[in-house]
Amino acid sequence: MTREIKTNSRLEKVLASGAFGVTGELGPPRHAAAHEVAEKAKHLLGNVDSVNITDNQTAVVRMSSLAAGILAQKEGLEANMQMVCRDRNRIAMQSDLMGAYALGINNILCLSGDHQKFGDHPQSKNVFDIDSINLIQAIKMMRDEGRLLSGQELPPEGRPKLFIGAAYNPFADPEDYRVHRVAKKVAAGVDFLQSQCIYDMDRFRRFMAQAVDMGLTEKAYFLAGVTPLKNLGMARYMKNNVPGITVPDSYIERLKGVPKDKQAEEGMKMACEQIEEFKEMKGVAGVHLMLIEWEHMVPQFVKDAKLLPRPKV
Amino acid sequence: MIIAERKPIDEIKGFIEGKKKVLLVGCRGCVTVCNAGGTKEVGILASLLRLDAQKDGRELTVDEFTLERQCDPEYIEELLEHVEKKYEAILSMACSVGPQFISRRYPREKVYPSLNTCFIGGALAHGIWAEHCQACGNCVIHNFGGMCPISRCSKSLLNGPCGGSAGGVCEISKEVECIWHLIASKVMEEKRLDDFTPVQPIKDWTSSRDGGPRKIVREELVKEEMVK
Repeated sequence: MTREIKTNSRLEKVLASGAFGVTGELGPPRHAAAHEVAEKAKHLLGNVDSVNITDNQTAVVRMSSLAAGILAQKEGLEANMQMVCRDRNRIAMQSDLMGAYALGINNILCLSGDHQKFGDHPQSKNVFDIDSINLIQAIKMMRDEGRLLSGQELPPEGRPKLFIGAAYNPFADPEDYRVHRVAKKVAAGVDFLQSQCIYDMDRFRRFMAQAVDMGLTEKAYFLAGVTPLKNLGMARYMKNNVPGITVPDSYIERLKGVPKDKQAEEGMKMACEQIEEFKEMKGVAGVHLMLIEWEHMVPQFVKDAKLLPRPKV
Repeated sequence: MIIAERKPIDEIKGFIEGKKKVLLVGCRGCVTVCNAGGTKEVGILASLLRLDAQKDGRELTVDEFTLERQCDPEYIEELLEHVEKKYEAILSMACSVGPQFISRRYPREKVYPSLNTCFIGGALAHGIWAEHCQACGNCVIHNFGGMCPISRCSKSLLNGPCGGSAGGVCEISKEVECIWHLIASKVMEEKRLDDFTPVQPIKDWTSSRDGGPRKIVREELVKEEMVK
């Protein structure tokens, strides 16, 4: 699939070339020391096309995604700056979008954001001035129409040329509605979509078939989310405690069948099998690898999953 | 209606610590309906405070009086004869409008709120109330199957449900229903998905609290002598 290039994003160029895209994830530190970003970046460099820099994920205060994104770019990565609607109103968001682009950010991922109840400041007030789909619209308006939400015009050289991303979760409920919510994101103007961690392949296949049928995969690039299970405990935790993630019993059984010290290896193997299927699945343009606090395993994992070398664009 | 609940008894005891004569003022409006501050609840709180004083051997007079409403100056005026009896504390058992109106009319009095004003809502069953409105000042529930995502979605999403919706409940708690699950299910049931796909526009919050404290003036109802 080849499509018109709208931005300077490397991720966009990879996806537009028809190559199977790979994105990673880097969680900024819970402190102000820049070296930690550089250390995590080392493991991702050359192994992914772009890396998501999370925005105070799970509502825990961390270095800002903009700052950590710039630090990651200094290390040679391309940042995909996440922006949640929980902490900023439309004034701060548009301001940060301009600032991010001015500093060299080319990708933005629009998210609602985890409720602050989960985080380290549950006493805080939330914002939710606009939602993630409205944020997609706002960025598209700034980029393509050269206008802020107020109608204020941006000069041609002052329009943030951002490759616009969003998340999709085929595993949240109601199941039959999920593809329609993604359709809204596509209608709002999203360029690429990354999914929540996929374990339930049957449900994902059903979802993708619908998305392909509705023509959504012609309008936006769909990346499939992958998080290898580290052990049986993690699999059980994801199954029982994380809203919007389903882990089929077959995964649990397979991990149970290997000794504890071999479970990580087995988890990686299962994830590689998934990736092989994604490579062949109609409508899937790439994978989004979320090796949360397991960044050092990325080099081995992308090698095992036969995702190397990453294309030069 | 406005749903309120009584403050913890220790907080109320703290308000009247060292005081010997207090007045409890109830309200026959919303807080009577939600069993938080009507005549009955005034009586219960008065008894609790008297018993507590008795137990400690403290002298305490607790008088009780319930107004028709505490959000209307006309009724606040009826408190005058009581205020003249010199209380050391007046405990309002209305929503927070009540103690503010009493304070304004009787500025020398020490007025305390005995209720926490919680939300605008309705009774789901006897003894169970739930929030249904955030008073955004521009009702749009007809766009959402007759349900309000602004007050009933934890993230006030206009284009939900978010990825945290699982099994009909919200990611924040199994006790919170996902309103977007209900909205989306209704839309699918009515086969109205096509009408529903357009993105809901960005909300204008100027009519809500974000536009500053709100006031409504209905010229045709304003009596000249009342305007000062």
